[in-house]
Amino acid sequence: MTLTAGQTFIIICMLTLGTVITRFLPFVLFRNNKKSSSYITYLGKVLPYASIAMLVVYCLKEVNFTSPANYAPEVIAIIFIVVLHHWKNNTLLSIGAGTAVYMFLVQTVF
Amino acid sequence: MKKNDLKIALKAAFPHTIPVLTGFTFLGIAYGVLMNTKGYGVGWTALASLLVFAGSAQYVAITFLTSVFNPIYALLMTLMINARHLFYGISLLDKYKNTGKLKPYLIFGLCDETFSIVCSTEPPPGVNRKWFIFFITLLDHCYWVLGSILGGLLGSMISFNTQGLDFVLTALFVVIFLGQWKAQKNHKPAIIGILCSVGCLILFGPSNFIIPSMAAIMVILTVFRKNLAKEEAK
Repeated sequence: MTLTAGQTFIIICMLTLGTVITRFLPFVLFRNNKKSSSYITYLGKVLPYASIAMLVVYCLKEVNFTSPANYAPEVIAIIFIVVLHHWKNNTLLSIGAGTAVYMFLVQTVF
Repeated sequence: MKKNDLKIALKAAFPHTIPVLTGFTFLGIAYGVLMNTKGYGVGWTALASLLVFAGSAQYVAITFLTSVFNPIYALLMTLMINARHLFYGISLLDKYKNTGKLKPYLIFGLCDETFSIVCSTEPPPGVNRKWFIFFITLLDHCYWVLGSILGGLLGSMISFNTQGLDFVLTALFVVIFLGQWKAQKNHKPAIIGILCSVGCLILFGPSNFIIPSMAAIMVILTVFRKNLAKEEAK
């Protein structure tokens, strides 16, 4: 611990405040949305798809193509998940098996 | 609300959170262990996980806890890292309407994982929707807090090879993406999300690409609104 207890507590409060702001802001800004509601409804329909896509890219942001070890496990595991999910359509199976494949690849192959 | 209804909602919610249970237990343990090595005991770890409940910000914050005291910088960094949450709120404005007293907590607990489950899952018939969402949020929150407490307690005693286990959350998002893809005839919003994020990742690099991506996504969705809204209505 390099900070004092009080300083640590303040830092944790700052993190909490930052997170709370990003989570509450849309609900506060659009709390009385009557006028703009068709735009908001439209965003509510299309934005979840774009957000999940962005989240997938966010998770894979450290992937790069300088050496196979930096991309092959991710690429192989995701192709495996896509095929398995298309075939069995079982969420937990796809996630579990996909993670197992990834762990096997990063621990023993690459 | 009857006790039995709550039980039904909890039972319906739990299976959807199993991947998060796995991911958060592991990531929470890793966080607790890391905090421990920096001299922060289980109390601090638990407090941070309970109040902040934002994994990536908490990981980054370890550097703030081990360097010069700078609360404003900590706040600004958190806003940057968590900016993507703005999208979750906008996406769920309608869904979270009429959630009453639960609403503040539902918004407080809206992490990546909870968002991904809530936006892609409807409760089965007969299950109260707001309590269903509440339990998904609460369970995910508990997994994160308990995982980090476990890590804080066990410290470095755990030594089994968990390398790569954190991929479970990536796998969860990929599967949700696939589920949305199948359920939706109009793939343009998803494609816009991918192209904007990948484009900005290449342009701005891994630590600065989220805010430009969000801006690009908003601009494109707004400019092509008429076109996209029409396809949405089909």
